[in-house]
Amino acid sequence: MRSIAIIAGGVFRDSIRDRIGYGLVFFSIMLMASSYLLAQLTAGQDVKIIKDLGLAAASAIGLFIAVFFGIGLVTKEVERKSIYSLLSKPVTRTQFVLGKYFGLVLTLLINLSVMVLAFYAVLLYFEMTTLDGAKAAWEAPALDPRMLKAFALIGVELMFITATAIFFSTFSSPFLSVAMTFAVYIVGHFGEDLKNLNAIVQSVVLPYITKAIYYVMPNLSALDVKSAVVHGLPVSGTSMVLATGSCLVYIATLLVGAILIFSRRDLK
Amino acid sequence: MDAITTDGLTKHYQVGFWRPRPYVALDNLSLSVAKGEVFGFLGPNGAGKTTTLKLLMQLIYPTSGHAEILGSPVGDVAVRRRIGYLPENPYFYDNLTAEELLVYFARMFGCSAKEGRERASRLLDDVGIGAERRFQLRRFSKGMVQRVGIAQALINEPEVVFLDEPMSGLDPLGRREVREMILRLRDRGCTVFFSSHVLSDAEALCSRVAILAKGRLAAIGSLDELTAVGSRGWELVVSGLKGDVLTRHYARITRATPLGDSRFSLELPPSTGPEQLIADLVAGGAHIVSLNPLRGTLEDVFVEQVRVAAPDRFSTKVAS
Repeated sequence: MRSIAIIAGGVFRDSIRDRIGYGLVFFSIMLMASSYLLAQLTAGQDVKIIKDLGLAAASAIGLFIAVFFGIGLVTKEVERKSIYSLLSKPVTRTQFVLGKYFGLVLTLLINLSVMVLAFYAVLLYFEMTTLDGAKAAWEAPALDPRMLKAFALIGVELMFITATAIFFSTFSSPFLSVAMTFAVYIVGHFGEDLKNLNAIVQSVVLPYITKAIYYVMPNLSALDVKSAVVHGLPVSGTSMVLATGSCLVYIATLLVGAILIFSRRDLK
Repeated sequence: MDAITTDGLTKHYQVGFWRPRPYVALDNLSLSVAKGEVFGFLGPNGAGKTTTLKLLMQLIYPTSGHAEILGSPVGDVAVRRRIGYLPENPYFYDNLTAEELLVYFARMFGCSAKEGRERASRLLDDVGIGAERRFQLRRFSKGMVQRVGIAQALINEPEVVFLDEPMSGLDPLGRREVREMILRLRDRGCTVFFSSHVLSDAEALCSRVAILAKGRLAAIGSLDELTAVGSRGWELVVSGLKGDVLTRHYARITRATPLGDSRFSLELPPSTGPEQLIADLVAGGAHIVSLNPLRGTLEDVFVEQVRVAAPDRFSTKVAS
C-alpha cells in the first residue's frame, strides 16, 4: 500500500509540473471564462450557454489528459527505460500499475476541482451582474449545486478512461492505445445506437456483433447528466450510484487485466 | 552462501515478423559471485551482458534456468531491499529534481522523507552533484544523469550492487570517482557486479571477471587465472651465453634479445617446457639469471575468447 501511495505521489508531482497539463487546464479555464462573453450574445440562453460550455470543457480536457497522460504512464516509462530503476526497488508490477493509476486519477480529480472552482466563479460573476428580471427566465439558478453531480460523474468517467488507457498501453503501441481508448469512449457513449443498429442496417451478422459489443462495453451515457443539470432536471441518487458502481466494476476489471498482462511482459 | 548464482540461465527472443525465429540472447549461463567480490562482467557490444542484468532484476523472464541473489530467487521482492541497480544509460523523470528523485526512491525502502533527504544529500555529494541537485532532471547532461543513476543505486545502502556500464558518459574525473566509489563499496563488504567493455576498469577493480561472447560464457576466473590461461610462453634471462650455443638452440627460441655483457633475454614458446632448453644451455656454459612466464593481458584474453566464440545465435529449437 505504501509503495502504491509513493508511486502515485510521484506521478502526481510529475504530472502537475508538466507544462502540457498546465496548458490544458488553463485552456479549459479560459474557455469557461470566454463562455461569459458568448453568453452576452444570446438573449435568454445566456446562463445555459455558460453551463453547457463549462461542463463540456471540463469533460473534454479531462478526457484528453486521461487518454494521453494515461497511455504515457506505462509506455513512456518502458520506452525511456525509467521503469528499470523503479522495478529494481522493492516494488511489484501490481504496485507499479496501481500506483500509476491512482497517481493520475488524483491529478485528474484535482484538475477537475480547479475547473469546478473556475466554473462556479464565472457563474457567480454572471449571477451578480444579471438583473433579477432576467434571472426569472432561467430554467435553473446559475449557482445550481446539482451541477456538482455532473462534475462527479465526469470524474467517474475519467477514472474509467484512465483505466482503459493504462490497460491498452500495457500491451500495444501508444498510437494504437490512443485509438482503442477513444474507440471505447465513443462506443460507450453510443451504446444504445449500437444495440438498435438492426433497425437501420440490412445485415444478419452485424446486429449480433454490435449487440455483443453493447453488452460488453460500459454504458458511459449513463454517466452523462450534463444536459439534465443544465436544464434543471432532477438526477436521482440511485441512478448515479448504479452508473458509478457499474463503472467501478469495469475499472477493477481493466486494472486486473492490465496487471496480469504487464506482470508477464518482458521489458526489453 | 554466494551473493549471486545463475544456473543455466537462458534467454531467447523471437526475431522476425513473418517467420519469427528464436534468437539466443543468453545461452546457459552458470556462474556464481561470492559475497564481497568486485565481479567484472565483460563482453563486446551485444554479448548478452545487459540481458543478464535484466534477468537478474526480473525485468525480463528467462526462457530456462534460474538465478538467485543472496540465496533468494530473483523474483523475491524482499531481496530487492538489499540490492541496488544502475541500468545502462539510465533515464529518470524529467520534472523531478535529483534530490526529489532520490527521496522518492528512498521512501520505497521505508525511509522517512527526512531520512531520505539526508541519504540523498550524502550520495549526491559522493557522486559530485552540487547545487544542480535542485534542478529538474531535464536540464542534466548525460554524465550528470549517470551520476544520479549511481546515487539511486546506492540509496538503500545495498549488500549487492549491479552496475550496467557504470563509466558510460562520464568524464575522466567522473570515471576515477566511480572507480574509487566501487573500491569503497568493496571495503565495506558490498558485492559489486558490474558489466563493461572497458577492460582497464575491470583490471583496476575486479577480483574476478567473466567474459561473455555471443550470449555464452567464454571464460571466468581471477585475472591471474585468466591471463595465465593465455600465457604466451616464457622469458628466460641467461648470462655467459656463447654465440655458437645460441645458434645451436635458436630453433627452440622465439626471440633472443641481447642485454649486453653476454646476457640475453630469450623468449620461449608456450608449447614446449623450458626445462630441457635450460639444461642444454647450462651444459653449454650459460648461467640462468631468471625464468618468468610471459602473461597475456586481459585484453589478449578478451580478444581471443571473443574471436573463438562464434556460434550461430539463431537457435533451431527453443528451450522449454
